[in-house]
Amino acid sequence: MTRQLDAPADIGRLPKAEIDGEWRAFWEGTARGELLIQRCPACGRRQFYPRALCVACGAEPEMVPACGRGTLYTYSIIRQNLVPPFADMVPYALAMVDLEEGVRMMTNVIGCTIEDLKIGMPLRVEMRQADEGYWIPYWRPASDG
Amino acid sequence: MSGRTPVIVAAALSDYPRAPHLSERQHHAQALSRALGQCGLKISDIDGYLASSMGAESAISLAEYFRIDHKVIGGIGPGGAVFEWLLHQAVAHLEAGHCEVAAITYGSDLFTRSGRSLGTAGFYRAGDRISTAVQFEAPFGSTIVGAYAMAAQRHMHEFGTTSEQLAEIAVICREHAALNPNAMYRDPITVADVVGSRMIADPLHRLDCCVVSDGGAAVIVTTEERARDLPGKPVYVLATAGTQTHWNISEMPDFTRAPSAIAGPRAFERAGLKPSDVDTVQLYDSFTITVLEMLEGLGFCGRGEGGPFAASGALRLGGALPMNTDGGGLSACHSGMRGLHLLVEAVRQLRGECGPAQVPDCKIALACGSGGFLSGHALAILGNERP
Repeated sequence: MTRQLDAPADIGRLPKAEIDGEWRAFWEGTARGELLIQRCPACGRRQFYPRALCVACGAEPEMVPACGRGTLYTYSIIRQNLVPPFADMVPYALAMVDLEEGVRMMTNVIGCTIEDLKIGMPLRVEMRQADEGYWIPYWRPASDG
Repeated sequence: MSGRTPVIVAAALSDYPRAPHLSERQHHAQALSRALGQCGLKISDIDGYLASSMGAESAISLAEYFRIDHKVIGGIGPGGAVFEWLLHQAVAHLEAGHCEVAAITYGSDLFTRSGRSLGTAGFYRAGDRISTAVQFEAPFGSTIVGAYAMAAQRHMHEFGTTSEQLAEIAVICREHAALNPNAMYRDPITVADVVGSRMIADPLHRLDCCVVSDGGAAVIVTTEERARDLPGKPVYVLATAGTQTHWNISEMPDFTRAPSAIAGPRAFERAGLKPSDVDTVQLYDSFTITVLEMLEGLGFCGRGEGGPFAASGALRLGGALPMNTDGGGLSACHSGMRGLHLLVEAVRQLRGECGPAQVPDCKIALACGSGGFLSGHALAILGNERP
């Protein structure tokens, strides 16, 4: 199969994040094309998802930009999901990506075929707009230019 | 040991796998009624009550329904491992003298209500607004099986584990289900059947996934002293322990190291036992990978060796460590949260009540629940001899 993995055709129907509190800055960042994680000014620990305190020392973390490069930690090809908009998206690659900064996040790998997926492969982030002010960080192979 | 040593005096199931005549509450009630019948206790003897907080009814509302006058009430929601966690709490309350007789009950009409045989729908869909940390997963179409599949994929990458090795776990559960007249599926299956079944979320096939059924259970725990007046041989709770490393799958620190790797050694240390002392295991088999990572975590084999161990035959009746002797969640019964069924089967083995599925000379049984997305594991080591 050579079908290119992609975001759902019906991307506007994705479940929507309540953009609020300590998560507002993250979503505002993706809408600007910036992938933000957290760094603790007191102890230096990096963390994702964003929290109101550093899970290592309890201090208040700051949002910092990530470089947008990472590697594929693991994935699964989801072949059955009964709910929209994912029912029409299958098969798709549910994946975990390790960021160069040392944190991990969930994503869908896009821009390659299922056969191209290999744990450890380099990835780069790509934002796609799902709604007004709501952009989703997808990841695609870094080697495709 | 003092007279406050915790013992299980009753362990019963409600009707399964399909019970359209029972509501969720009626599963709780039927199982509790059967458990009371086993030990000769009455509702008025129960002064501690614990149930999962994830059902439609809470421990508080069920205590009212049963008219339990409780000194201790407990209800948490860590998914399917909840009942080993609740036993952990009940034992502490009994030892401390906060109560004398604790009941743990479970009921679910999942199959009758959902009408589905496979729980592979996503949690979140078009139109949902997500206010929790799930907002960092929901846009990507995460499913329950997908979470476990990502763990399996990583395990295969790190250790060379194969689909055929995972399939052995499903095959063995089906062999044991053939001995259980109530099991949902009893026809034999082969490794080829499992790996040839429809792929749901690579690398997990349909037959790597548990069934969806109805079912409930009840366990009554008291002190050794109180149990002296009751019929039947008590089952000793030798140790309990649990660990939660995350809730959402994306927060799992290491996808190939289950929380049982932390909880298991703690329980064995408390019991003064080692894995080789265990005669049978009842392990939460939501998916084949759940069992494989649990076996490694509990120390029945080395890290990364779960695949060869599963394929060694040790886990079938007649082997060194017979597993899921009722057929497990993979073939017999999984009504959403199977942890209490594990405890009931462990107790039945220790009482010698398992007929053709009886493990000979069974003295030590281990039940380990798993909840969420490999999120929390909690276990109990039980024995039929005084510690």
